[in-house]
Amino acid sequence: MVKQISVFLENKYGRMAEATEAIGEAGVNIRALSVADTSDFGILRCIVNDTEKALKVLREKGFTASATPVVAAEAPDEPGGLARLLKIPRDNNVNVEYLYAFVTKSRDNAVVILRVDEYEKLISLLEKGGVKVLTEQEAVSL
Amino acid sequence: MAKKHLIWNERYECMPDSKKKELQLERLKLLVSRVYDKVAPYKAKMDAAGIAPKDIKKLEDIAKLPFTTKEDLAANYPFGMFAVPMKKIIRIHSSSGTTGKPKVAGYTKNDIKMWADVMARTLTCGNTTKNDVVQNAYGYGLFTGGLGAHYGVEKIGATVVPISGGNTKRQILVMKDFGVTKMCCTPSYCLFLSEALREAGLEPGRDIKLNTAFLGAEPWTRELREQVEKNISIDAIDIYGLTEVIGPGVSSECMEKVGLHIFDDNFYPEVVDPDTQQPLPLGEKGELVFTTLTKEAFPVVRYRTRDITRLIPEKCACGRTHIRMERLTGRTDDMLIIRGVNVYPSQIESVIVQIPGLEPHYQILVDRQGAMDMLEVWIEVSPGIFTDNIKGLEKLEKRIRGEMESVLGIGVKLKLVEPKAIQRSEGKAQRIIDRRTVYDK
Ligand SMILES: [Zn+2]
Repeated sequence: MVKQISVFLENKYGRMAEATEAIGEAGVNIRALSVADTSDFGILRCIVNDTEKALKVLREKGFTASATPVVAAEAPDEPGGLARLLKIPRDNNVNVEYLYAFVTKSRDNAVVILRVDEYEKLISLLEKGGVKVLTEQEAVSL
Repeated sequence: MAKKHLIWNERYECMPDSKKKELQLERLKLLVSRVYDKVAPYKAKMDAAGIAPKDIKKLEDIAKLPFTTKEDLAANYPFGMFAVPMKKIIRIHSSSGTTGKPKVAGYTKNDIKMWADVMARTLTCGNTTKNDVVQNAYGYGLFTGGLGAHYGVEKIGATVVPISGGNTKRQILVMKDFGVTKMCCTPSYCLFLSEALREAGLEPGRDIKLNTAFLGAEPWTRELREQVEKNISIDAIDIYGLTEVIGPGVSSECMEKVGLHIFDDNFYPEVVDPDTQQPLPLGEKGELVFTTLTKEAFPVVRYRTRDITRLIPEKCACGRTHIRMERLTGRTDDMLIIRGVNVYPSQIESVIVQIPGLEPHYQILVDRQGAMDMLEVWIEVSPGIFTDNIKGLEKLEKRIRGEMESVLGIGVKLKLVEPKAIQRSEGKAQRIIDRRTVYDK
């Protein structure tokens, strides 16, 4: 299980920059980032190398932020690799609320972040299916 | 040229002052004994103040009686202030209260008759006769506007078109095809409609016969009147009332349009200092207080309206001897009137505090876009309600909006904002930002 930071953002110009700046100024590195938004507000989601510190600095700056457990898994680097990974939760009725993927220099394969309620169940299903699931340590040092 | 002034009930509307004072005193004495005997909260308050019905010997003695407030109505919700048994009550109306619960008014058969009479006086103030076709665009239902005006039109014997509020296209169609000559609605809606009529290319006098509009349920400015009158060449008459006193029909402008005549054989007005609660000398500006002299089901004694105005003692050119009140100039509480509907910020807060995790950091923004009032509520997203899931937040937003709309009875735009997004002055958030100009400066 990996912890993701989720931050509430008003859809106001510059707010996302301010949030990421706050994290950066605290000396925390952002490893992965995704934003979901509606016409009125957005949610910034990111994986950082120091979750507690990032949360503290964001809250000090007046942001509403929380830590959310997510699953980080490697998508096999082959055609249809991501589809094969996603088939696992679907076949086992694990509801994926959202996901985002990114590539890093340190790994050959794309990393997928999945938000599910039953993350322990998903982790064991993925591992059984031969998918590499990242530990928290691996995720923060991406 | 002198203006034409029709009068509905000359006996009362033109009653000489001395005779009216006698009538008012006689009615006041009866009222005070009746509420003392029949309405427990009045007896309790009068006993506590050490005043008995026999202490009312002259009109000025009214100042010895305790006030009645909207808090008294809330404490005795729904029927605790009624002076007759339910079998005598033939109708109920209501309007917003300060919390989730409304203010409730009951009416006997005689109350409905009296109401129709004061509404007939109101409509006749704008020269309505049985030859008129009156489009009643006040909402029908628990709101007093619709049925209040309706019965007045029928009393006169004019033709009422009970179209109720909304649906501007249909309003225009009816106005044109039915040969409507008089209209009842809120001033902001009248402005909206007048612009829609012009946009539709309908010419006053040729395509539409409308000549007078009776506008009430919300305060409005002179500028708004001038605009409406110019847009569609009509006389715009200011009418006033409140559910706690009866509904529309408490006072109305005549064609002179200099102050609103209070139907003071039924509704006895006082103006008091809102801070000291002492009566002010006649003609001074303060809070308007009403005592209903003739109402049976739900009489009120010295009810504090929270509306600010002054009384005009000078005689009016129309011939009526009903004392006049100036157009409203403000309120002594934080009640907002939005699209004719009373909204208390406390109602909005009551919805917010009952949602688990939501903190009462909110701001109410009221603005007028074109002629329509818009109500927007900003709520800070506190950790207690935050979720990383967009759908979750949208669901919450929908729930809060739904509950507010059901409590307020009007549409609300809801906006979730970041913590501290709401300006705080000296640590205290500025709760209400009303960008409209609703009162004359
Ligand atoms: Zn007059």
